[in-house]
Amino acid sequence: MDLLNTVLQGVLVGGLYALFAAGLSLIFGVMRLVNIAHGDLIVLAAYIAMEVIKLTGLPPLAALVFVVPLMAALGYGLQRAVLNRTLGGDLLPPLLVSFGLSVILQNGLLAAFTADSRKLDAGVLETASVSVGGLSIGLLPALMFATAVAVIAALQFMFYKTALGRAFRATSDDAEIAELMGLDRRRVYAWAMALCLGVVAIAGVFLAIRSNFDPFMGPGRLIFGFEAVIIGGLGNLWGTLAGGVILGVAQGLGAAIDPGWQILAGHVAFLLILAVKPRGLFPRMDG
Amino acid sequence: MAQFTYTRRKFITATTGLIAAPAILRANRALAQDGVFKIGFVAPTTGPLAGFGEAQDWILAGLKDSLAGMTNNGKPVQIEIITKDSQSNPNRAAEVAQDLILNEGINLMLTHATPDTTNPVADQCELNEIPCISTNAPWQPYFFGRGGAPDVGFTYTYHFFWGLEDIIANFTAIWDASGVAKKVGGLFPNDADGNAWGDAKLGLPGPLAAAGYELTDPGRYQPMNNDFTSQIAAFKAAGCEIVTGVMIPPDFATFWAQAAQQGFAPKVVTIGKALLFPSSVEALGDRGDGLTTEVWWTPDYPYSSSLTGVSAKDFGAAYVADTGKPWTSTLGFSHAIFEVGLDVIKRAADLTDKAAIMDAITTTNLNTLVGPINWANGPVKNVTKTPLAGGQWQRVDGKLELKIVNNKQNPQLPVTGELKLLA
Repeated sequence: MDLLNTVLQGVLVGGLYALFAAGLSLIFGVMRLVNIAHGDLIVLAAYIAMEVIKLTGLPPLAALVFVVPLMAALGYGLQRAVLNRTLGGDLLPPLLVSFGLSVILQNGLLAAFTADSRKLDAGVLETASVSVGGLSIGLLPALMFATAVAVIAALQFMFYKTALGRAFRATSDDAEIAELMGLDRRRVYAWAMALCLGVVAIAGVFLAIRSNFDPFMGPGRLIFGFEAVIIGGLGNLWGTLAGGVILGVAQGLGAAIDPGWQILAGHVAFLLILAVKPRGLFPRMDG
Repeated sequence: MAQFTYTRRKFITATTGLIAAPAILRANRALAQDGVFKIGFVAPTTGPLAGFGEAQDWILAGLKDSLAGMTNNGKPVQIEIITKDSQSNPNRAAEVAQDLILNEGINLMLTHATPDTTNPVADQCELNEIPCISTNAPWQPYFFGRGGAPDVGFTYTYHFFWGLEDIIANFTAIWDASGVAKKVGGLFPNDADGNAWGDAKLGLPGPLAAAGYELTDPGRYQPMNNDFTSQIAAFKAAGCEIVTGVMIPPDFATFWAQAAQQGFAPKVVTIGKALLFPSSVEALGDRGDGLTTEVWWTPDYPYSSSLTGVSAKDFGAAYVADTGKPWTSTLGFSHAIFEVGLDVIKRAADLTDKAAIMDAITTTNLNTLVGPINWANGPVKNVTKTPLAGGQWQRVDGKLELKIVNNKQNPQLPVTGELKLLA
């Protein structure tokens, strides 16, 4: 029973990692951009949510109605104004620019909100749970996991069933041919980034409900996101969810042996998978 | 706004200052030149430790009258207090301490708020031979964390606070009085505090076993943990009715939410560090009510300020009235550090002579807002202790208040509430 519980809670934590990683995976899939600033954008979303709640008095999850469009608009603008200028044959310039963005975001947030740590209050949702066959499942972790699945399912649907998704896939496969067919690569990328930051907004709000946040915690949270993406195979959305779950379960099992092993066990699982399947478990999405 | 103001120009100025330090130092005898005695004060006002520095402006404003009337051996003396923000960062604390010593030419250093602030600042002072008084950090990490040897100690740096042995005495006193099963779950992170508290020889395990408590310690977890399932399972399996530990607020929030989600309901939860500030307990909502912790100081302490004569009660009330914020356990210490510093200035035989200032520090015998300070009776050289009590956060008229529920170790402190069990 204990083992089952450990695995179950690990799966739920995996949902959190997948939520962090979904946007990262999407962006890499479409434009081969490794966004170092992803974690800082999550923290930015948390601060925006905090401000929205201060202004409107909405509960945190309802505040998503404002935070998601705001972040999406920011993503569209960011891609058109900054990141599009860096995309080209070379992987390095966009990487460096996103690194710079990360530094700017951290210090901008520090200047605007000080380094005090904050938290969003979601009331009973934070501690409520349901009991299933002797196992207790927290509502918030369950909701987070369900959200991660829903977000990935929605992204998947969008990728394979809509015109926008077709444009994403076409641009991803061969940007130049896609442009010959009348697609504007810059606009496609901008929409991808808008979508990515919409997902980031959801991740940010959940993060802020779950525990405290401050301007510098983005990169620390990012490492598990990156690992989830790489375990699952770069650019594969369902793979990212699987990666998050593997990471969460590995950490849970490690902690069951000794809490000192918790983080290490996750990294070991990551290394093992890299050693056996260097491109991840489910590499590359196939159209 | 604009907390981050370390520009290139400032950096160049600071660096130039450092390079030119030997030349400046020879010329810089601040007190002799202009008759101003300079106090350097390093404390965190931003970052995770900002709660410690929250009251700083109010404390300094309250010192104005005392500073204006300051005398040294009956002669008026002009005092300037130069404050620096450590940004909750030990490297930054060392940097600003160095700046105060080398560029501002301070005569006395005061500092407080966790070993992350006191240790780097005290180390800089010891190195540069500047008298330094500190507080708001348990004495073991301050003393042993800086490589102090009990028989040798330090020359220029002195500290007043309580220690780990007082925590243990008060925690076990709370549990003894609670009457619950003597089974304790321990949550110790893999950081300086967690390793000290969980240490088999110097930490909690030894004294707890001696007092008949069975400690379940699953091991050191990494701070900023996402999942406490394994700890909760271990506590459940061992039938723990008490949970203790030294945690940062985000980790305790994660643990306490998961404990509720996974149906673990201990009767007494006594945690160090995470439950210090009313704001972090308030963030836990209804689940903050009934948590127990150590009490550093409250307005119920039977002491008064040596500077203003104001009692702890009136001092706390004035803070609440002026700022609209609840009082904190660190408030008394934030004031007491200046009481001790100014007392030294009052008594020193010669303010231009470092040895005379050190002499005044070591012979301190002062009744402050947090209790008597006298370095003659400390556990080791350079350290003296203030009284600690056992407390519980209780909701009174919708507001969380820290009540003293156990005074077994220090009967001179008043008990202000009765211990309630959580479950």
